[in-house]
Amino acid sequence: MARNIIPIGPYHPLQEEPEFFRLHVDGETVVDMDIEIGYNHRAIEKISESKSYDQVTFLIERICGICSTSHPFAYTNAIDDLLGVQVPERALYIRTIIGELERIHSHLLWLGLAGHFLGYNTVWMWAWRYREPILDIFERISGNRNHYAMFKPGGVRRDLDEADFPWIKKTLKGLLPKFDMFKGAVMDDPVIRARTEGVGVLTKKDVHDYACVGPTARASGVAIDVRRDDPYAAYDRVDWKVITADGGGVFAKAVVRILELYESTNIVLQCLDKMPKGPIDLNIKDMPVGEGIGRHEAPRGEVFHYIMSDGGNSPARHKVRAPSYMNIFSNKKAVIGETVSDATIILAAVDPCYCCTERMAVVDCKTGKKLMDGQDLIRLSQEKTERLRNTRTIL
Amino acid sequence: MIRQEIIENIKVRAGKDMLDLNDRSDKRVYVTIKKETLTKIVRYLFNDVKARFSIASGVDTRNAIEILYHFSVDEIGLMVSVRVILEKPKPEVESLTSIMKCAEWIEMEIHELLGVDFKGHPNPKHLLLKDDWPEGNYPLRRDQ
Repeated sequence: MARNIIPIGPYHPLQEEPEFFRLHVDGETVVDMDIEIGYNHRAIEKISESKSYDQVTFLIERICGICSTSHPFAYTNAIDDLLGVQVPERALYIRTIIGELERIHSHLLWLGLAGHFLGYNTVWMWAWRYREPILDIFERISGNRNHYAMFKPGGVRRDLDEADFPWIKKTLKGLLPKFDMFKGAVMDDPVIRARTEGVGVLTKKDVHDYACVGPTARASGVAIDVRRDDPYAAYDRVDWKVITADGGGVFAKAVVRILELYESTNIVLQCLDKMPKGPIDLNIKDMPVGEGIGRHEAPRGEVFHYIMSDGGNSPARHKVRAPSYMNIFSNKKAVIGETVSDATIILAAVDPCYCCTERMAVVDCKTGKKLMDGQDLIRLSQEKTERLRNTRTIL
Repeated sequence: MIRQEIIENIKVRAGKDMLDLNDRSDKRVYVTIKKETLTKIVRYLFNDVKARFSIASGVDTRNAIEILYHFSVDEIGLMVSVRVILEKPKPEVESLTSIMKCAEWIEMEIHELLGVDFKGHPNPKHLLLKDDWPEGNYPLRRDQ
């Protein structure tokens, strides 16, 4: 059969990360893939060199719209490392709470998208519905549903009001039965299992070779988590565990994320109970010459920030590395050998803020004729699930 | 593998090519080495210690381009940053892609933003900038 090329991407108005994948397919099977990124290059590292340290927190909060706190978290960790200071205890707990609430809503967002790709639109509606209470909590805390502007070098910008705690706890506890429902809907459903288990597998060796991070690595049984390995904020003051799964496929990645919902809720509840009273900010005035590295375990994996200071008001160099930078590259390994109908969910399984599917198109490379578009590819994926579902019913 | 053992092994392997060792804190170590010994040290960290390659960062210090390769030893939460100093006007260094596939993108990025030549890179194209970006124009350079 002739070898065809399927271009996927690059633009979709709903997502903040346009990427372009060129799948080389032989019949149904993906035999090679090229990845192009850079469509959204905004020169943030360069702009950062012209902003004051305080302004940089606002700038980098706008790198990602979903996990907007991940970058300020890693950045403030880098500043703390550069200065060698200990941030006030209360601020550490507030940072932890914000980081974990963000993980919950980010994972729910992914779960919804994954459900949609597989033809489980009820999961999609539910997941996004139960993401709302988390955004309500953010609105109560910071005034914003996203882009909370809570972080600053040396502390946090806003204190939490103790009067809100009972309501926050009640809202979070109310979500636990919903998480049970998702757990049942995904982990006990034979069709989802058949559809996603063993699809797009990354072995432990692949994880090391491609330097994958976050749930993408943990789903292959690699227990890495910056929160535990290089403790920061209040993560070493509360009880929680690193979630891993075996298998390394799409199913394992979903399992890791769903189980992490419980851990994050648990962490927030403990923080609310244990949070001491006291100052929330060090009011840092001067920056010495030096360099610092800050890391944060974002919903998608380790975020890495490197700051070099020459003693001035702005960073002399600010390197930012988001987790998707490593994880998207691993798609090269995960997609090859799989079928076209599975490509959508595999590319989405690393949670790359990717939803360029409407721009997907299957083009015959000899005639240049468009055979399928993004809608067709999602349909293909949903039909495969339907086929499996019907087979099960007959059996 | 314990922290001190890793530092000692780097010292032994680098020998007199080791220019500086900054044991900054429990979790952060910076080593500066000559670029000739880079592949040896990276091979040790990536293959023997099984450290995770976090990323590399380049900076223009006016006289030279410095590249820091950050490795994370997750078992002990240690970050080992290996620094090489590449003299201008032709900063170049061996590509690490034959040792670690994951270095492919960041080398492309440092090449286009700082103008470092990675010898032996399998895919020397643009990563972030558009393909018709003017040759020899490097956005993060300070001498342009």
